Amino acid sequence: MKKPLLHILFAFSSGIIFGLGLILAGMSNPAKVLAFLDIAGLWDPSLMFVMGGAIGVGIVAFAFAKKRTTAILGGVMHLPTKQDIDQRIILGGILFGIGWGIAGICPGPGLVLLGAGSKQGIIFVLAMLIGITVYSVISIAKKP
Amino acid sequence: MNIDLSHFTPYASFAGGILIGIAAAILILFNGRIAGVSGILGQALNGGIVRDNLWRIAFVMGIIAAPALWQIWVGEIEINIETNALWLIIAGLFVGVGTSYGSGCTSGHGICGLSRFSMRSVIATLSFMLTGMVTVYMMRHVLGA
Repeated sequence: MKKPLLHILFAFSSGIIFGLGLILAGMSNPAKVLAFLDIAGLWDPSLMFVMGGAIGVGIVAFAFAKKRTTAILGGVMHLPTKQDIDQRIILGGILFGIGWGIAGICPGPGLVLLGAGSKQGIIFVLAMLIGITVYSVISIAKKP
Repeated sequence: MNIDLSHFTPYASFAGGILIGIAAAILILFNGRIAGVSGILGQALNGGIVRDNLWRIAFVMGIIAAPALWQIWVGEIEINIETNALWLIIAGLFVGVGTSYGSGCTSGHGICGLSRFSMRSVIATLSFMLTGMVTVYMMRHVLGA
C-alpha cells in the first residue's frame, strides 16, 4: 500500500464522520431503532430517512468509484465482486436480524455506544466480538 | 399503522444519513474500501496490528471517538437502552455471528450495497430488516419482554 499514513488518516476521518452521522441520525439510540422496527406499535419512520440520505450520497459516490480502477490515495479499488445469492446471505441476515431486533443495536452504533461509555453498549460489543471470533475460529477449523 | 410523531426526526435523521453517506464516499473513493462496519471490525480483529490492517483499526477508532467529539461540539447524546444484560449478550452474539456469516450488516449491505445496486445486498437487507421487525414483534407483542 502506498501512502499508508494518508490511508490511515482518511479512514480515521471517515470513521469519525460515520460515527457523528449515526449520532445525529438517532441510530445510536437503541430505543429509537427498536421504535423503527416496531411497525405494530408506535412506529418511528426516521430510519427510512437515514437510509435515504446515506444511499442518496452513496449512489453518486459508488457511480464515481465504479469508473475508477485505483483509489485516489493509490492502491486498488476493493469493490465487491460476489453476486451469488446463497444460503449464507439469507441465513446470515436472519441471524443478524434476530440480534438487531432484540437490542436495537447493529455494529456501527454498538461502537458509538462503546465510545460513549454506555455499560450496556460495552456488554453488547463484547458479546458481538465473541460472536465474530467464535465464527472465525469455527470457519477456520472447518477449512480443509 | 400509528406513527410516533413525537419522536419522529426526519430532518436530523436525513442529515445524519448524508454524513454516513459522505463517510462511505470518503472510504471508497480515497481508500478504495467499502464502509462495512462488521467486516472492517472482524478483519481488524483477526488481522492484528500489521501495516495493511491499520486503516481498519483507524476507522473503528474514528467511530469510537465520535461520541466524545459530539459531546464537546454539540452536547448530550440521547441513549435509551431497556434491554437487560442477558438479552444484550444474546443480541451481541447473534449480531456477531450473523454479520460474519452473512458478510455484512446495516452499513455494508444496507447502505454501501444498496448504493451499488447489488442484488446480494438487497436480499441481505430485506432479510435482516424483516427478521428485525418480526423479532421486535415477538419480543414486544407476543412474549411481552
